[in-house]
Amino acid sequence: MYAVRMENITKCFGNVVANDGVRFAALPGEIHCLLGENGAGKSTLMRILFGLYRADSGSIYVNEQLANIAGPRDAISLGIGMVHQHFMLAERLTVAENIVAGCEPRRNGLLDYDRARRQIREVSERYGLAVDPNAVIEEISVGQQQRVEIIKALMRGARVLILDEPTAVLTPPEVDELFAVMRALRESGTTIVFITHKLKETMEISDRVTVLRDGKTIGTIDTSDATPDSLVEMMVGRSLPVHDDQRMPPGEVVLLELKDVSVAGRKGSRARLDGVSLAVRSGEVLGIAGVDGNGQLELEEVVTGLRRPSKGRIMLIGKDVTGLDTGRIKDRGVAYIPSDRLKRGMVDSLSLARNSVLGVHRCADFSRRGALLENAVREHAQTIVAKYDVRAESIDQPMGSLSGGNQQKMLVGRELARPHSIVIAAQPTRGLDVGATHYIREQILSSRNTGKAVLLISAELDEVLELSDRIAVIYEGRIVDVRPASQFTERELGLLMTGQRNEV
Amino acid sequence: MGLRGDVSRFAYSAVAVLLALLIGAVLIGASGYSVKEAYSNLLVGAFGGVYSLATTVVMSTPLLFTGLAVAFAFQCGLFNVGAEGQLYVGALTSAVVALALSGLPPALRVIMALAAGAGAGAALGFVPGYLKAKIGAHEVITTIMLNYIAISLTTFMVKAYFRDPGPVDQTVLLPPGSRLPELVPGTRVSLGIVVGILAVALLDRVIRGSVLGYEIQAVGRNPHAAEYGGVNVRARTIQAMMISGAVAGLAGSVEAMGTLYRFIPYFSPGYGFTGIAVAVIAGQSMWAVIPAAVLFGALQSGGQSMQLFAGIPMELMTMVQGLVILFVAAPTLGSMFLGLRLRSSEKGGGRA
Repeated sequence: MYAVRMENITKCFGNVVANDGVRFAALPGEIHCLLGENGAGKSTLMRILFGLYRADSGSIYVNEQLANIAGPRDAISLGIGMVHQHFMLAERLTVAENIVAGCEPRRNGLLDYDRARRQIREVSERYGLAVDPNAVIEEISVGQQQRVEIIKALMRGARVLILDEPTAVLTPPEVDELFAVMRALRESGTTIVFITHKLKETMEISDRVTVLRDGKTIGTIDTSDATPDSLVEMMVGRSLPVHDDQRMPPGEVVLLELKDVSVAGRKGSRARLDGVSLAVRSGEVLGIAGVDGNGQLELEEVVTGLRRPSKGRIMLIGKDVTGLDTGRIKDRGVAYIPSDRLKRGMVDSLSLARNSVLGVHRCADFSRRGALLENAVREHAQTIVAKYDVRAESIDQPMGSLSGGNQQKMLVGRELARPHSIVIAAQPTRGLDVGATHYIREQILSSRNTGKAVLLISAELDEVLELSDRIAVIYEGRIVDVRPASQFTERELGLLMTGQRNEV
Repeated sequence: MGLRGDVSRFAYSAVAVLLALLIGAVLIGASGYSVKEAYSNLLVGAFGGVYSLATTVVMSTPLLFTGLAVAFAFQCGLFNVGAEGQLYVGALTSAVVALALSGLPPALRVIMALAAGAGAGAALGFVPGYLKAKIGAHEVITTIMLNYIAISLTTFMVKAYFRDPGPVDQTVLLPPGSRLPELVPGTRVSLGIVVGILAVALLDRVIRGSVLGYEIQAVGRNPHAAEYGGVNVRARTIQAMMISGAVAGLAGSVEAMGTLYRFIPYFSPGYGFTGIAVAVIAGQSMWAVIPAAVLFGALQSGGQSMQLFAGIPMELMTMVQGLVILFVAAPTLGSMFLGLRLRSSEKGGGRA
């Protein structure tokens, strides 16, 4: 008997078929991974189960009873809960207020706060979901906000809990805590549907895996029968080639150097960057490992001129560039893949063509006497689209209509197409699926192989380990250690990243 | 925006206009007037015959400039509420220069007077642009404030320095050689409409084909990305506001030199503000400013003849204008009435 079973679910958005005869079934008390690349139809399927979308056809069974789910209310009453990627919490209200909103315990027609708090404590203690009911949402961490969402679902009687990419917003220690909660929930018989595109997490936490690709079910297998490679093949439809390792040996020329660079914090708080000195040589990748929020963004912005250091100097190819603006720094041979691609990397309402020259639009190749050379711009965009395998209908469609992976390919393509000797790659694969991630990592390595200096800033430890020749660990704005990548173990890095220097 | 987007936008606006006229009909009927008489007068007054057409063109011309000014500032993410004030300084400057240069050949005189009007508008546009770029002062507030200053200042200048000796506060009548020539003899249609269309063509080229326009669009749509792309965000902000001000200034120049033949304090019935409505309807396209301006010009001229010949108050037409703006500017409200589902509401839903 299945806790939930979905048969032949089909859902179209306009001409796009998001789900095409999808089958999915989860057993009571299992952690079931729903795995697939971005755009495979995972979220759509689960939104149908939770009543946010109506399927065009197909049927849903809850505890083997045919269910008619017309909206989230129906889903909740059937014991289905969902935690979205973007939380649905009122920022200014307390944890308790958020949790009970919509199903408030009442006494004499008034909200019974004491009972609400008691119920919340009970649930949070039972599953190890530590959270203070009186804290205000905007003042607690993202990990804690997620717990609030989980408690909210549980208190509404969820026996099937859908978690949509829950680890995307969490730090590595928070992921471990979440997994502990998920295991506790499984013990108590709750079914968890875990939407993800991360193989490592799938292997670690799930009992069974259902893989979707292009809106179709590829198959469901026991995790114990799966290997990362077999899952990739199911997701992507082919196995990924091993990175080409033909490379030049790292050179001795320092192309990018930071000398004792600091960024002051807001008044009274500690410095965001504190005396950082780093050197990146030609033909090497220097990876910055660290938990998000330890100065990576400041480092990225300071190196690229988006922010001025309060102290220290930045040298590009032996020349001091401290205080120059981003345009000038990039013109000296820097390709820059920004961590926040939506905010920094593109103008989402402009076309692919227009975006393909952002930052190089003043070059003689693309403009003459103040006029844009439309044909040259379009040709450039076509070249990037073809070379980087960007899936787009046309170069005239707005950048914002592409999926995240394709946006990133376009952006990486644009940056690596400009003349450069240094690459600053910040979170280059954040939020991307396996295929796009692999591709972009390959591009970074091939830049390195041709003698460029690469500064890689990434919160994904796997990525830093896979790509870097040397690794610098950043913690609270300081570089706590720099060594060749081969001299670190993963455990050591984890400890250094969380500030436990002495235990290394 | 591609051609398809323009077409669907045009269709959408057309539906909005029809809807506004429909509700207007109900209002006219409810007020005890004959709807048939009202709308036949409206149509004839706007498009029936040379004189009506000419009136429509005359009424559309200043709106073409102010609408273009506001639409251009929109491209840089700026909301120029100051077109009214820029129009006044443009009008006075052009009138004064056209009078002062009466020794020069007419063509040169007209060109220099137009340039001076545009320059005055640009100078007034510089102020909110600079304040926005340097200290982040919101342009809506500063442009509204500058409207008061500009309108009062031009009135004062006329009274103090440029007053026609006579009972009325106004400048001397421009000599024929200082005026914009009539395009259609016997009507008030002047070369101004041609200047307006040229301005549309020019700014369309700037937006769609120039580095400056590209950078202005990038700043308007995502200033962070523009900065990342090496664009001088502050300079573009100031420039966009100055160009917008120049075009709004030309609205005044063309009124003063082509229609009124002088500067009169408080001459504008709110061209600068109606220009905002024109720009909203035109959306992202510079060319669309032309039909949008003609629409409002036609409602104005048709409304006048409705009042004149059918005795129906102009206010009812003003309400129809308001409804047009409401339906175009509030697409969600409009689609609620139409039962249309905007595709954008489901966009992105297909991504997992």
